[in-house]
Amino acid sequence: MTLITVITIFILAVFVGLEIITKVPPILHTPLMSATNAIHGVILVGALIVLAHAHSPAAIVLGMIAVVFATLNVVGGFVVTDRMLEMFKRRPDHSEKKND
Amino acid sequence: MTDHWLVELGYLIGAVLFILALKLLNSPKTARRGNWLAALGMAIALGTVGFSLGEVETRNYIFIAIAVAAGTIIGSISAKRVQMTAMPQMVALFNGVGGGAVALVAMIEFMASGNERLLPVPLVTAVLSAIIGSISFSGSMIAYGKLQELMPGKPILYPGDKVVTALVLMTVIALAVLPIAGSTSVALFAALIGLATILGILMVLPIGGADMPVVISLLNSFTGLAAGLAGFVLGNTALLIGGGLVGASGLILTLQMCSAMNRSLENVLFGAFGAAKSEGGEGTTAKGRMRSYSVEDAAIIFASARSVIIVPGYGLAVAQAQHVVKELTEKLEERGIQVKFAIHPVAGRMPGHMNVLLAEADISYDHLFDLEEINSEFPETDVALVIGANDVVNPAARTDKSSPIYGMPILDVDKAKTVIVSKRGMGAGFAGIENELFLRENTVMVFGDAKSTMTKLVAALDDF
Repeated sequence: MTLITVITIFILAVFVGLEIITKVPPILHTPLMSATNAIHGVILVGALIVLAHAHSPAAIVLGMIAVVFATLNVVGGFVVTDRMLEMFKRRPDHSEKKND
Repeated sequence: MTDHWLVELGYLIGAVLFILALKLLNSPKTARRGNWLAALGMAIALGTVGFSLGEVETRNYIFIAIAVAAGTIIGSISAKRVQMTAMPQMVALFNGVGGGAVALVAMIEFMASGNERLLPVPLVTAVLSAIIGSISFSGSMIAYGKLQELMPGKPILYPGDKVVTALVLMTVIALAVLPIAGSTSVALFAALIGLATILGILMVLPIGGADMPVVISLLNSFTGLAAGLAGFVLGNTALLIGGGLVGASGLILTLQMCSAMNRSLENVLFGAFGAAKSEGGEGTTAKGRMRSYSVEDAAIIFASARSVIIVPGYGLAVAQAQHVVKELTEKLEERGIQVKFAIHPVAGRMPGHMNVLLAEADISYDHLFDLEEINSEFPETDVALVIGANDVVNPAARTDKSSPIYGMPILDVDKAKTVIVSKRGMGAGFAGIENELFLRENTVMVFGDAKSTMTKLVAALDDF
């Protein structure tokens, strides 16, 4: 990828992030923080790439720590968010709601 | 990297799913699906990288398998076991390790470049993501320690602390310039990471426990930004988009949290909020007289009420009183009393913290009202029941210009005919500020753990 392509992708992602988030109601702020927290666990992609190509013992040790950390971030992040959102189930006897 | 366009397509699908997921998180109805969609996007991005690693030695695959298995097991077990009240610090912990992972990835990339210098942009972004990732790592750990009460929640200050922090910051900047200017020393890069880690600690120590949600949110944004910058180093679309999205969203969320408290981000980070009044210690009692009622006396007030607004706070979370409160709600409704919940945006220790807890107890959203929706209703309300909330109902925010919370929007519970405050003890709130509400004519205090008070109240209501 050329440098300008990389910069373009990053800048556009930032703007999409700014636009999408302004619309989230306060009730969902904690799950939102938790879900975005899980999404930055995408650094696992980077950690896997560097560990796959690590040769020196130091790089392997650091790479393994990075993969463990990033996996924790991804798995823990999504599970915790799901636990929070599971509680937002509506009771069947309530038909109408205010947050829509 | 065979089939390059297929790899890019895989990352693109993952990234689109992230964006759709954030969109679904807009509404309570679709939020859970949104989280699943984000997890699916992550699975696709990870699957894609799995097929695009090129030539890898078998032993490296084994290392990967071990590390992924360890992370998955520890992550899922701790995420499943954690109590709902401990969610904020859990998010801090997961955010911290994410930041640590970013810093390590940057470090390894720098090491792998050996004596050959990286191109200018990957080099600068590697340095930046290492610094920001390290700050996020150590800062999150301090936030975790404060919320888990492993260390004092009050701002930790010492003479000359700002000078020390400024010196460390300047050293970090100086060290950051060296690799960019041409140094390929790995030791230097490691020192940079070490100092940035110390900087993260120094930045969060002087911030009070009550402000930790804002700190976690900001550090969440930092980790996203750092991951996005790591995307420059690796030329990886998934990192660029995922990181960029989170960096931006975290910042917006952080600013919204600050504005809910009517404070600036600078004030939160550098204001040492809650430190000024802390000299008298936790147990400082306010002047004036509090009226302390027994649970039975409080029950009588409810017996003659027609409308009740419940204001939950962190004390409810700590006492795990949400299920009893649900019972109380049902008891009151059986008697024809209208029950509503007033949710302050920063009640608890994270925005939405109260919503999550009340949802856990199966209290439907129909009962929950935001500050703007409900504040006009207090004057017509018979009883405002404050459970373990303090700063968010402190009238000083409206009247006392010298109060640190002056100007913060509060719930006007003092305008209700009677205010019943369930509180653990006489001490000041988490922010360390006295509350004149407790001394008002129309306020009665019921001291004790929120859960046992509510349990007794439910039982006492049967007698009337």
